[in-house]
Amino acid sequence: MTLQPARTPPRLWHRFRRHRAAIAGLAVLGLISSASVFAPAFAPYPPDAQNLELGAAAPSTEHLLGTDVLGRDLLSRLLHGGRISLAVGVCGTLVSLIIGVGYGALSGYTGGRLDDIMMRVVDVLYALPFAVLVIVLMVVFGRNLVLMFVAIGAVEWLTMARIVRGQVLAIRQEPYVKAAQVLGFSHARILFLHVLPNVIGPVVVYTTLTVPRVILLEAFISFLGLGVQPPMSSWGLLIREGAETMDSFPWLMVFPGAELALALFALNFVGDGLRDALDPRFAGKT
Amino acid sequence: MKRFLLGRIAQTVPVLWATVTIAFVLIRLAPGGPFTDERNYTAESIQRLNAHYGLDDPVPVQYVRYLGRLLHGDLGPSFKYANRTVNEIIADTFPVSLQLGALALLFALAMGIPAGIVAALKPHSAWDNAVMTLALLGISMPSFVLGPLLVMFFSLRLGWLPASGWESWPDRVLPALTLGAVYAAYIARMSRAGMLEILPMDFVRTARAKGLGAAAVIVRHVLKPGMIPVVSFLGPATAGLVTGSFVVETLFHVPGMGSMFVVGAFNRDYSLVLGMVVFYSAVISIFNLGVDVALGAMDPRMRSHRRI
Repeated sequence: MTLQPARTPPRLWHRFRRHRAAIAGLAVLGLISSASVFAPAFAPYPPDAQNLELGAAAPSTEHLLGTDVLGRDLLSRLLHGGRISLAVGVCGTLVSLIIGVGYGALSGYTGGRLDDIMMRVVDVLYALPFAVLVIVLMVVFGRNLVLMFVAIGAVEWLTMARIVRGQVLAIRQEPYVKAAQVLGFSHARILFLHVLPNVIGPVVVYTTLTVPRVILLEAFISFLGLGVQPPMSSWGLLIREGAETMDSFPWLMVFPGAELALALFALNFVGDGLRDALDPRFAGKT
Repeated sequence: MKRFLLGRIAQTVPVLWATVTIAFVLIRLAPGGPFTDERNYTAESIQRLNAHYGLDDPVPVQYVRYLGRLLHGDLGPSFKYANRTVNEIIADTFPVSLQLGALALLFALAMGIPAGIVAALKPHSAWDNAVMTLALLGISMPSFVLGPLLVMFFSLRLGWLPASGWESWPDRVLPALTLGAVYAAYIARMSRAGMLEILPMDFVRTARAKGLGAAAVIVRHVLKPGMIPVVSFLGPATAGLVTGSFVVETLFHVPGMGSMFVVGAFNRDYSLVLGMVVFYSAVISIFNLGVDVALGAMDPRMRSHRRI
């Protein structure tokens, strides 16, 4: 009989499944993201098809969520806008993941002086008004989508770095890491094959919790008119357009706002559920 | 305590310097000068403007000059508002933002702390679940969604409160609510977590055992250590209030520093944006310092333990 260490996934899924709110969040999230990813197939109209004669019309059977001032179908625009918002959410999180894990692992694994200095830098960066600097960046370099991924990712990596560093610092003391060192494995091999796989739990949890923050930041910048520019659209931009005309056409504000809030709500629930499942000590604590 | 305080003050200096430098470099990296996209300027007048504002000097010279002026508290002239200095603009708009921020924070504390305490007293009760779900909803609801919804309901539908402006007290209600709601939610979560940490401790049991009433135990023994997470959250919360003010002030047409910053960003008024970034970081640093002093007073262990 081979010794199969019962890895956590089955139990993890079992515990996660008991968290009903998290399951509901996962379902909502699946719905929103698949509808957005396959927007060209699902959307009843092209997102930029205008119908000036119709103008802003309230929700009806033809246009389920109504139309905007130019007669564009809101549902189609929401689905297509969701692609941008989700893409920014995923890419921005990826950037923050790479920077945060790399920085934290290096700091924790090296330890000593370098660790001290690197963590001091993180402390200093924590105190900076970063959202303000993202705005400055958007102003200076024009409203460029790729730049936005990078700017947002560059802002959101700090907590990840701290978490990873703390974990790596603890794992470095484990006997199996010492054994690997004694066997003469290279640092890269030890770090990537022996240390990092054991940090995955907290990293996954924090990554799930970073996605809503990134989406929120994009929506915030786009709402101020400094992010995604028309004719492209994102949830934040649609909310901005809706807020301008909400006294006459409230649906243009309510639906985009509701979808954004729903997506964030679902993501937060999934993150909380994952955290509880991975670390039962936290269950129901915050 | 004095040494702790001096140490903390010494640490804010590099933070401020880093912010000024990053912001300065970013803005100087900008393609084209601040006057290039103005159609009504001739090449000659642009040159004159650049000379007037010292923009034709090498960047390091400009940087040193900026730092030198900054030491005297001078943020320089605005590039887009002729004859106005950044200092004047901040002096005009900051008091409004300060009032808005204070009202929002007050609302957040007044809502969040009692809700969190009550939730912690009976964990996993219906009340606790309701508060925590509401808090998660509050965290997920961005101010730029909540604000318009509040306006739609309280101004357009019911007509109770004005939808914009900053003259009378009723004008201040919706902006403060919109700005404070997220923090009320966070504070509720944190005060609940803080209380849950302290409630099972031995000294609480002792206090109960000596016959102290339930309310007196909470007020006299649990509240102070239980509120430490809330106090330490106030540092990041101010930074959040600053960014929140951009949205809320723009939304409600509040003549504060937040809406001014957004307008400055649109106009590419580099000196105004730079000056405001510097000012914001100074405000946030001072507030963080205050928070750390308060934490040191609440928990003597913090004074020696905190390394930063």
